[in-house]
Amino acid sequence: MYRIDFNKLRFLICDDNPHMRRILRTLLHSFGAREVYEAEDGATALEMYTHYVPDIVITDWSMPIFDGLELAQMIRQPESNANPYAPIIMLTAHSEKRRVTVARDAGVTEFLAKPISAKGLYQRILNVVANRRPFIKTKSYFGPDRRRNTSNTYIGPERRVGGEMEVMQQPSLLDKARSSI
Amino acid sequence: MAKEKPGELEIKTFATHHVITQPNPLRKVLRRIPPDIDHDDPVARAEQALADLSGEFKQWMTIEADRLSAAHAVVLRHGFSHETREELFRAAHDIKGDAATFGFPSAGAAAESLCRIIEHAPDLDKVPPELITHHINAIQAIVRERTKLDTSVMANALSRQLRGIADEFLLKVNHDRPEHLEAILAPSIAPAE
Repeated sequence: MYRIDFNKLRFLICDDNPHMRRILRTLLHSFGAREVYEAEDGATALEMYTHYVPDIVITDWSMPIFDGLELAQMIRQPESNANPYAPIIMLTAHSEKRRVTVARDAGVTEFLAKPISAKGLYQRILNVVANRRPFIKTKSYFGPDRRRNTSNTYIGPERRVGGEMEVMQQPSLLDKARSSI
Repeated sequence: MAKEKPGELEIKTFATHHVITQPNPLRKVLRRIPPDIDHDDPVARAEQALADLSGEFKQWMTIEADRLSAAHAVVLRHGFSHETREELFRAAHDIKGDAATFGFPSAGAAAESLCRIIEHAPDLDKVPPELITHHINAIQAIVRERTKLDTSVMANALSRQLRGIADEFLLKVNHDRPEHLEAILAPSIAPAE
């Protein structure tokens, strides 16, 4: 059985609703988290993201100024000085399947539909901590691998094509981001 | 493939994409604990913390419902603009997401129905004003009357009836908008209570 040392994790939560922020803070603190930073809109969250370098971002979707989807897109900039690889959990009252696809295509790591539960939140956090997926970079996408199924039998129109060309080693952008702060 | 060094990205390049693998920096926060000595239950602890907070939920819900009424009052005074629509939607959307957590699932259902009207009506100025007003009055009534013993069943029936009327309206006005029809008819992915 695995347990998470929440006291070693730094969270950034972003929600314009103060009650939901309080609920999230309460849940994370009772899981054992000590470092929980809060923003009430996407712009502030992006600033805090660069400043505090959180391990995990939990964001609402619908917010004024710029929303959680735009926040995810801003974080997932491969050339960014800040860490573009941090897990993003989208916690939202949007409950339509098509929204999951839109969030996924913006680089969101996990989707959690409200109403929130302690169990649902814990499971999403456990998922991003234990089952890190590789990142995919294409002309139009940068984010966690959108295919959770590793089967090679998929032959649909969105199948990635092309054989392996080369393997490059690059210094970790995460380390670069952390050392630049 | 080159061997992965700690802290380094491994990038495999293909014709149409790159696959970037990063050593998992969060792995270090995972502890393996034998089940027989694991007496800690963080989820139960968090649920208890939420229960301890629940004394404030009624007041929070009242604030949310009043915010919705205020947004509606602005719409009634000035009509729908981008700003008034957004504020009404955000207030309803917050109730849709919060209300079940606060112990008002029927208010959440009524707010969801209102969100669907705002999202999928082709022209909000042509939505019968009483349809929106009934949703807001229902949410206010559910929040105010929650302490009465027989209101839970009534609240449930009320929100279901509103949803039925709203869906009938939405199906009619979206008959030639297939993408909206699909969204209206799609099942919700929200977790069951």
